[in-house]
Amino acid sequence: MIEHVENPILEIHDLTVSYDRKPVLWDIDLTLPEGKLIGIVGPNGAGKSTLIKAIMNLIPSNSGYVKLFDEHLEKVRNRISYVPQKESVDWDFPASSLDVVLMGRYGQLGLLKKPRKADKEVAMDCLRKVGMDAFAKRQISQLSGGQQQRVFLARALAQQADLYFMDEPFAGVDAATEKTIIDLLRSMSQQGKTVIVVHHDLQSVTRYFDWVLLLNLRLIASGPVESTFTQELLQETYGGKLTLLSEVSNLMRKEGFPHRELRKGKSS
Amino acid sequence: MMTKEAFQIILAGSLVAIPCGLLGCFLILRKMAMVGDAISHAVLPGIVIAFLLSGNRDSLTMLLGAGLIGIFTTFLIEFFHRMGKLQTDAAIGVTFTWLFAIGVILIDQFADQVDLDQDCVLYGEIAYVSLEQWTTSDGTMMGPRTLYVAGTVLLLVIVFILMGYKELVVTTFDPVYASAIGISTALWHYLLMAAVSVTTVASFESVGAILVVALFIAPPATAYLLTENLKHMMVLTVVIGVLVSLTGYYLAVLLDGAIAGAMATMAGVFFLIVFLFVGVRKKRKVQKTLLTAPEVIPKHD
Repeated sequence: MIEHVENPILEIHDLTVSYDRKPVLWDIDLTLPEGKLIGIVGPNGAGKSTLIKAIMNLIPSNSGYVKLFDEHLEKVRNRISYVPQKESVDWDFPASSLDVVLMGRYGQLGLLKKPRKADKEVAMDCLRKVGMDAFAKRQISQLSGGQQQRVFLARALAQQADLYFMDEPFAGVDAATEKTIIDLLRSMSQQGKTVIVVHHDLQSVTRYFDWVLLLNLRLIASGPVESTFTQELLQETYGGKLTLLSEVSNLMRKEGFPHRELRKGKSS
Repeated sequence: MMTKEAFQIILAGSLVAIPCGLLGCFLILRKMAMVGDAISHAVLPGIVIAFLLSGNRDSLTMLLGAGLIGIFTTFLIEFFHRMGKLQTDAAIGVTFTWLFAIGVILIDQFADQVDLDQDCVLYGEIAYVSLEQWTTSDGTMMGPRTLYVAGTVLLLVIVFILMGYKELVVTTFDPVYASAIGISTALWHYLLMAAVSVTTVASFESVGAILVVALFIAPPATAYLLTENLKHMMVLTVVIGVLVSLTGYYLAVLLDGAIAGAMATMAGVFFLIVFLFVGVRKKRKVQKTLLTAPEVIPKHD
């Protein structure tokens, strides 16, 4: 069930990654289309984060190759942005929101060059896009988790890239932030940017993404959400996790996926 | 009135405390305070070997020797940690005690050949700063040699931090992101460690190999409690470093004791005062923000 595309923005061939000689990704082979909002879905420990880290060459791979824009990563690095998991950094670091977003400009600046006024304007503009311009001077330690996630997103925007990898941008954020982020991702996709998101809330997959990867150590499926996010393929991806599966199949039986907010409203 | 001798000692102390503190800011933010400790001890054999090879103290050989040993120490720690799956703190503990011990034995063995004694290396001899003058080949007295060495290192450290500021900041705050945008975390890690090693060598004569770590960690840790802005933190570190040198000198005069010991004591005193008045408050504020934050448990993959 792996659908291939012509002129892919990302092409992975035969990729295998292991930690400590234990394989965590097996023989991944895929191509992804340009300008789509793409979700990577799979159970915990399926290798979702590992996959994007391997694509960004942040961890070594045992075999295979990755091509982005039909080029090697080094040649196109400034067209690619990456949003790590929010928990990967120490938010007590003495910096303001603006300081962090300015880091998004560092890749383009190169050695010895300081951010200039134009870079600060780009950074402020990106803070505005995530609704955080009022918090530009705020110390990052004083932001809520959702606000921290928005700052991370603004930093990625400041790179003005064409392809974005995001590691669980919706993890541990409030409903307002989740909405801000998904609106932003949609508008990016409308401008022709490609956004690849590690995601693990199955209920929102069909609402959020155009294309989905189902991953569990190996690639189970890759294709448009409508044809790929099916019960059989989910069963294959999630294996024996029956309680979760019955939950999913119940959801699948109904038409579409109910909004969590709506459900909450009914029960209270 | 401050005598010329007192001024020179305080100046020497400040010239040492400033680069140590500036680099220390990055060490504590990288949660690597103990690596600074390790390097300050582990460069001892480097100092002695360079001394044996070159026969004098102010040579470039010595800074180079120590710089190389410092990088070697960092490399060893990483190696034990990665290859041996040893915890980082255990790897640090094994590495630096072993290298430091080799240094102590070397000094002991070659005591008659080198103008170095254990007391000087371990505890420093900042009190004698004005005794050792730098005399040029035509016999002109240029002033205390230590001041030139420490001043040069201070200048190097400032240039290093100014030139690599954004790389140091991004590799400290978010190393994974730094790699993703093509900034080598390993390169900046080793450059920082080399700078720490070179600074240690320039400082050991004044405050000794053991107490130098107090200057690396205590002033930035104090400044960290006072501000949430990295640039302010670095400026405050410089101010605290100078204050430590100044008050440490007068404490030593008052007690008629060792100057290096008094300076390290004052570094601790400043930290304690700030911690009592500010640190507790800062902690409360953090707890308050945590309580008001909307989300509870971060999810992990």
